Amino acid sequence: MPELTSPKIPVTVLTGYLGAGKTTLLNRILSENHGKKYAVIVNEFGEIGIDNDLIIGADEEVFEMNNGCVCCTVRGDLVRILDGLMKRKGKFDAIIVETTGLADPAPVAQTFFVDEDVQKNARLDAVVTVADAKWLSARLKDAPEAKNQIAFADVIVLNKTDLVSKAELNEVEARIRAINPYAKLHRTERCQVALSDVLERGAFDLDRILELEPEFLDAGDDHDHHDHGHHDHDHDHGHSHGGLKHYHDEDMQSLSLRSDKPLDATKFMPWLQNLVASEGQKILRSKGILAFSDDDDRYVFQGVHMMLEGDHQRAWKEGEARESRLVFIGRELPEQTIRDGFESCITT
Amino acid sequence: MTEFDPGDNAASIASVTDRVLPVAIGMPVTSVHFLGERAAFVGAEESVAMASADGEISRVAVHAGGILCAASDGERIVMGGDDGKLVALDAAGEEVTLLATDPKRRWIDNIALHPDGAVAWSAGKTAFVRGAKGEEKSFDLPSTVGGLAFAPKGLRLAVAHYNGVTLWFPNMVATAEVLEWAGSHLGVVFSPDNKFLVTAMHEPALHGWRLADHRHMRMTGYPGRVRSMSWSAGGKALATSGADTVILWPFASKDGPMGKEPAMLAPLQARVSMVACHPKQDIFAAGYSDGTILMVRLTDGAEILVRKPGVVPVAALAWNAKGTLLAFAAEDGDAGLLAL
Repeated sequence: MPELTSPKIPVTVLTGYLGAGKTTLLNRILSENHGKKYAVIVNEFGEIGIDNDLIIGADEEVFEMNNGCVCCTVRGDLVRILDGLMKRKGKFDAIIVETTGLADPAPVAQTFFVDEDVQKNARLDAVVTVADAKWLSARLKDAPEAKNQIAFADVIVLNKTDLVSKAELNEVEARIRAINPYAKLHRTERCQVALSDVLERGAFDLDRILELEPEFLDAGDDHDHHDHGHHDHDHDHGHSHGGLKHYHDEDMQSLSLRSDKPLDATKFMPWLQNLVASEGQKILRSKGILAFSDDDDRYVFQGVHMMLEGDHQRAWKEGEARESRLVFIGRELPEQTIRDGFESCITT
Repeated sequence: MTEFDPGDNAASIASVTDRVLPVAIGMPVTSVHFLGERAAFVGAEESVAMASADGEISRVAVHAGGILCAASDGERIVMGGDDGKLVALDAAGEEVTLLATDPKRRWIDNIALHPDGAVAWSAGKTAFVRGAKGEEKSFDLPSTVGGLAFAPKGLRLAVAHYNGVTLWFPNMVATAEVLEWAGSHLGVVFSPDNKFLVTAMHEPALHGWRLADHRHMRMTGYPGRVRSMSWSAGGKALATSGADTVILWPFASKDGPMGKEPAMLAPLQARVSMVACHPKQDIFAAGYSDGTILMVRLTDGAEILVRKPGVVPVAALAWNAKGTLLAFAAEDGDAGLLAL
């Protein structure tokens, strides 16, 4: 039964503002000696130098779904291209979708939530955003697309670090963290990043939602890539994380909720569904690990705008703290409303 | 066909599985067409396998890559590929002719054939028509073409796209007519009497227009996207896939399915993946996501089993023009021919 057991093909979405280095990263992925074959979906077909057998030009057509929700958009061309690519199953191991510099990653991601056929054959692996260390701070001020791409990212490749001073680098990283503290961040020159840091991340895999700690508090091995000689405590601000200043972005934030008391599933589920139905346009990404009362399993969910998917992940382990954690990244999030709503779902 | 005899034993379904000639195609198949009495199984990539009623198989290479679309008028099969080429396979199933090459090597996504020999195809947002005499015209659409269909009368092409269908007369200067309906339209068919146009949408629904007055017909309620549509003999009903029964919309009256319920036949615990109506009689064949194939009589829903359930979905199903042969294939190329 090969058709039933054949794994879904992973799809990596490569985004980043104009000139950040998307094509450099793409060419690095393709030229590295990894023995894998990639199908590459690019926008400006034939105009950029990409050396690959399977390269498909896309039109970046964003279609609204007929369900009355304006943020419910999909990439119509991607549905068609993935459908066509599936005729060549076995000829490639993974798919990379490069978006234009001005693209919103949401319709690409939502295509994987909405389309039945796409879901059957492919799975979204991660949104990788390449950012220009020199220009990102400026773009975050004047280009909403750049901010979207940072907010949406699972992995951020902070590129061209050789063109800025250490202080400037810390500054731009702090700006990124103000928007998205959860993405894995890699500082690079010419996109020199280990491929395992950008591919096969499983960022949309419910089974791999293990923790929801802000990345800069995490003492994971990613810190090997960082230069940590910069513990210049900035006493102008009340606090700092890992040597970074703590900024608040004015319109894009993340919101983290936590409870060590179990949640009432009959209250929580309707609350969450109502929340994304009413505020889904503002919420770019959401994720959670939940402990429900009278439930011995961890429940995990994730969402993109209004679209949610969730499932029981596994049983809580003995001795494991049954703690619920939720994270929202979005624009002008109604923080107090969300906090109050969450509180009302906690069992007393 | 005189042999449609489901029998009166209600407890077990009549079966003709032992009369099927198994055909080992040995490659994934996406569609099947008849060239004369031989079935042409179009592969997902590169080649077409010709199978005759005695089980002899020969392969013809047609594309250097994936085969994205195929259409046949019984005289030839025209195919478009991800190699940017449009090719035709002749009636003998031997000779391959290159009809067009996209200059940018874009994918050829859709194809339609006109009875007079004209061929239409699309690449991205452009639709092309080449008339029987070889003159070529193109038309740019506002979004990528989702489907193509020639009207049964005159040289008129329906081009499905995002937010509607454009009706284009390639030989007339007049501006194209646009039938609007929000959403992405992926497949398109004219009713055989030229009175209705129906599209299969990206969402699980059909949309229809009565061409005389552009009245809308919404045909919804499917659990999955409709990928296969087939007109019953004489165009009385449109049989469709997408649900766990075959959904047949009534088109016999001047109002078509407006205000009417569809017939639902041949329910199974699997999704219908392909439907093919018999060209002359009120019978259709239906293939399912679990590999089952049934022959069903429209008038009373009586069923005959053609292929037992398996694992792999049915991907291709076709009758020959006389209605004496049924060809089928599952996605993995496990295929068969049934003579009636």
